[in-house]
Amino acid sequence: MALGLWTAGILAFLYLPIALLVVFSFNSSRLNIQWEGFSMQWYAALFSNKVLITAFQNSLLVASVTTVLSTILGTLGAWMLHRYRFPFQSALGLLIFVPIVMPEVLMGVSLLVLFVQFLSIPLGFTTLVIAHTTFCFPFVLVGVQARLQGLDPSLEEAAMDLGATPFQAFWKVILPFLMPAIVAGAMMSFTLSLDEYIVSVFTSGSQSQTLPLKVYGMAKVGLNPQLNALSAIFIAATFAFAMSAHFLGRKR
Amino acid sequence: MLGFLSPTSTPKGSTHRAPGLWAWIVLSPLLIWLLLFVVAPTLVLTAVSFAERDSLGRIVWNFSVQNYARAFDWVWVKILLDSLYYAFLTTLICLALGYPAAFFIGKAPERWRGFLLLLVMVPFLTSFLIRTYAWINILSKEGFLNSLLISAGVFNEPVAVLYSPFAIVLGLVYNFLPFMILPIYTSVEKLDNGLVEAAHDLGAGPLRAFSQVILPLTRPGIVAGSMLVFVPSIAMFAITTLMGGGTNPTIGEVIFKQFTAGRNQPFGAALGTILLFVFILALWLARTQRERED
Repeated sequence: MALGLWTAGILAFLYLPIALLVVFSFNSSRLNIQWEGFSMQWYAALFSNKVLITAFQNSLLVASVTTVLSTILGTLGAWMLHRYRFPFQSALGLLIFVPIVMPEVLMGVSLLVLFVQFLSIPLGFTTLVIAHTTFCFPFVLVGVQARLQGLDPSLEEAAMDLGATPFQAFWKVILPFLMPAIVAGAMMSFTLSLDEYIVSVFTSGSQSQTLPLKVYGMAKVGLNPQLNALSAIFIAATFAFAMSAHFLGRKR
Repeated sequence: MLGFLSPTSTPKGSTHRAPGLWAWIVLSPLLIWLLLFVVAPTLVLTAVSFAERDSLGRIVWNFSVQNYARAFDWVWVKILLDSLYYAFLTTLICLALGYPAAFFIGKAPERWRGFLLLLVMVPFLTSFLIRTYAWINILSKEGFLNSLLISAGVFNEPVAVLYSPFAIVLGLVYNFLPFMILPIYTSVEKLDNGLVEAAHDLGAGPLRAFSQVILPLTRPGIVAGSMLVFVPSIAMFAITTLMGGGTNPTIGEVIFKQFTAGRNQPFGAALGTILLFVFILALWLARTQRERED
């Protein structure tokens, strides 16, 4: 009973701050001092804020390309490491975890130095995608690897016995089996990329500002009702997505 | 979830073949990516940490250890220790707040567990910047808390709660709490109720049953959760800068500044290299801890 109350308290702690954001996004007052009345004006202002819309488009573009690259790199990598024994395999396995555990600030500065000092790639869309893919694809790879542990090796052999080439066997038999892990990894990559601030702050150029960079800039200055509106939209979307995934998954 | 602390185990039951030319070709994008964007940047960062800079902030390739000599100045050591202290405090608070909740969810009727866990995770799925801004919204001078306290007559003037060590730790706790709850939940769910009942039957009070049976059995979850909170908290400067307002800088923030406004990349690289060693040490400690438990 006491534990139940405690848990309710924790949930209140988790939800009250974001609930307040949503409530105040409808406040007609510029400040949060008090409730002055219901208004949608901050949403209207948000949707005509060109800077934020451009930043959001940049974010979507970076996240999409990152997701495609991460999914391909991660899936192929996991399959090859599963299928063959390469020299230095265990070292390779360890190396894949480095981007997952490496603090973002170190990944950001080290990639920045590499891009600017050694590769002379101008900071922008390309460097953002490279940096994001670097910390996203290991998540795909690890997820696919976990699924491969449950793969029956006779499945591929049967396909080969029936005359499939290794490529056909992978495409027609292995890939469908891996699909749930691939989809999960792709979604993870997309979310991670969309939400990334620290790595982006080092690897983006002035023409490739993503949404988190703009949001950070706004939050740093203080309260901003447009930011309340933007947050409310994100919170509602996340909530709707999580709930529908949960209840649809249960029905099945 | 702490699987990443150990190298991937060799999958069993698969047919391992020696790689042919095609296998190498298909693997090469992964190899190149890892070498070029994971190994090379780390080496480059270390190399830069031994370089110097000119008056314009450009890197000059003269070998020197002056950046490290400077990094061990008390100013910088204190910032690193502060960062570790905030991370440690965050971990302790997350553990104290999260353990009872994780226990409750793990022992709740099975049909409720998934939903309760989802409720814990949903705020975590929204952007961390939004979660942090939610607290700025509450704590800032024009924020919700101050307006509430002033209209209730508790204070006449707004109090500065934001931009303090308290706010820093609060921001970290709020953002990382689910990381603590999840692994503890997993180990509570696995906990055999029979063992707890047996302890009670043998005359153990609730406190004794907890400390002698439940706590040791959920230890793996505690260790995993603590690492998942502690390690990312050290350098998560986006949260600490927003909540601390630059008054109590953390190590990530300082490195960031050297690479931007400070224009001293070699010194920033030296601080980064030191931070890298702190991380390797923390992960190594966690791994030996886990091996001892296995």
